[in-house]
Amino acid sequence: MQEPILEISGLTKVYDGGFKALDGVDLQIRKGEIFALLGPNGAGKTTLIGAVCGLVRPTSGTIRAFGLDLASDWRGARARIGLVPQELATDMFEPVGRAVKFSRGLFGKSPDPARVEEILRSLSLWDKRDEQIRKLSGGMKRRVLIAKALAHDPDLLFLDEPTAGVDVELRRDMWRQISILREQGVTVILTTHYIDEAEVMADRVGIIRNGKLLMVDDKDAMMARLGRTEAHINLAAPLTKLPASVSAFPVTIADDGMELVYRGGDGTGRGKRDVADLTKALSAAGIDYIGIDIRESTLEDIFVDLVGESA
Amino acid sequence: MTGFNLRGAYAIYVRELMRAMRTAFQSILAPVLTTSLYFIVFGAAIGGRMQAVDGVNYAAFIVPGLLLLTLLSESTSNASFGIYMPRFTGTIYELLSAPVGVAETLLGFVGAAATKSLILAAIILLTATFFVDYRIEHPILAIGYIMLVASAFSLFGFILGIWADNFEKLGIFPMLILMPLTFLGGTFYSIDMLPEPWSTIALFNPIVYLVNGLRWTFYGSSDVNIWVSFGLTISFLAICIAIIGFIFRTGYRLRT
Ligand SMILES: Nc1ncnc2c1ncn2[C@@H]1O[C@H](COP(=O)(O)OP(=O)(O)OP(=O)(O)O)[C@@H](O)[C@H]1O
Ligand SMILES: [Mg+2]
Repeated sequence: MQEPILEISGLTKVYDGGFKALDGVDLQIRKGEIFALLGPNGAGKTTLIGAVCGLVRPTSGTIRAFGLDLASDWRGARARIGLVPQELATDMFEPVGRAVKFSRGLFGKSPDPARVEEILRSLSLWDKRDEQIRKLSGGMKRRVLIAKALAHDPDLLFLDEPTAGVDVELRRDMWRQISILREQGVTVILTTHYIDEAEVMADRVGIIRNGKLLMVDDKDAMMARLGRTEAHINLAAPLTKLPASVSAFPVTIADDGMELVYRGGDGTGRGKRDVADLTKALSAAGIDYIGIDIRESTLEDIFVDLVGESA
Repeated sequence: MTGFNLRGAYAIYVRELMRAMRTAFQSILAPVLTTSLYFIVFGAAIGGRMQAVDGVNYAAFIVPGLLLLTLLSESTSNASFGIYMPRFTGTIYELLSAPVGVAETLLGFVGAAATKSLILAAIILLTATFFVDYRIEHPILAIGYIMLVASAFSLFGFILGIWADNFEKLGIFPMLILMPLTFLGGTFYSIDMLPEPWSTIALFNPIVYLVNGLRWTFYGSSDVNIWVSFGLTISFLAICIAIIGFIFRTGYRLRT
């Protein structure tokens, strides 16, 4: 495997006052991937991003980006990193176009009106370029922050809850934007509370809770490993004992014999095939059924299981 | 890209000046108005009954002091607000995540604050010409000294804007310390005019040296040794830079 674009090892952050927001985090991000960091409120996602972007001073641990140590070569590294913060923080009286131009300059890039126009157009902000930011809607303000973060053409982009408070249409729009970035070779690390978003977008997923990374894996592998299919088969007549041909499947009898419950498979669709086979076996054994309810577990179920309801 | 990020510094500088442009009318009108009022009161009303100080007509005598009064308070408040507001509203995230260090930040923020102060100085001096005849004996040195003071107090304001964690703290230093010291610092009089022990006590007021340094560049006369004035101003500047260097190294009040 090629050298990771971002390499975090043993990252710990104890805030003034003694709260440990990150606890020995090790994480490697591959070049060109979209990585989703999932975790409940207060898990440490923003702190982790802040540590990489220079907003938070790590208590211990090292962070390397593009092979540069952020503690010493921060100038070179930061010039290639973009950040869209969780909070809508920007000078609200500044016009959109000028704000984006400023960001480009701040990161040391030469002025390039054509590139700024391109970015503004891609985020449907071009018509608003002379408007003060305070006059835009919330979703547009967020896009201005994205435009500002993209203004210096970063290779590594952090999006801290890019779709919080954004309507469905705009969310899909945002997803499209992110896939365009992926095509351009930008590595994206995003946090979100919408798990379906991670399911659609991410190549890999990391789950964080109480400052600890619980699991990092390819999304597909995670779903395959932890995914489940659950099927409820309503029977025409009560059943007391499973015929041998059926008991090979992971099924149990429920509802006083009126229901067969299948729990099994993985996140790759094996469960669905299993259930199809199961129904054939039932028919062959002469067991009649009147309804089937089948449900694949989502990343969300996995997430909830891992993080636990109490957290 | 390593080394100094000149474009970054320039971007900050331009934006800070643009921000000032939003209130340009007020920024220009206010000093014109206050300067005029001072000259009407101290120059015309009172000054007519005052004798010349060190051979300088009283109305002309107060020009450097008046200039310094505005310069100190404006440099301090411009720079302190310039850095406090982004901290307060959260927009500082962008600065902290950018490839800019202490040098770029200072050049941008403090440079802009100092530039505004210089424009202000020009406006005040121009306004003064409508009320009094004054001359500047060492114009180059005067400009240099004004720049030095504007930079030093912009740096001071910058520190204040980082140290303050609420609006009250932001205002308390200029109001409780800077303003009284300036008024007592010989802006409107020569400290020789004070009776003992006050004229000796006045020597412990650093503003006395600033006022006299500037007055010397105007009229060639000073209550104190002007080398002490220059030395103090430069030391103050150096101390401020050292403190800001420390702030950036440790991330004090900037990074959590
Ligand atoms: N400046 C700070 N000082 C002290 N504690 C802090 C500070 N910032 C964050 N914390 C604490 O650190 C923990 C992690 O916060 P963080 O913002 O990283 O969480 P998060 O995962 O981004 O949460 P959310 O999903 O709500 O955005 C929280 O318990 C928070 O209260
Ligand atoms: Mg957060």
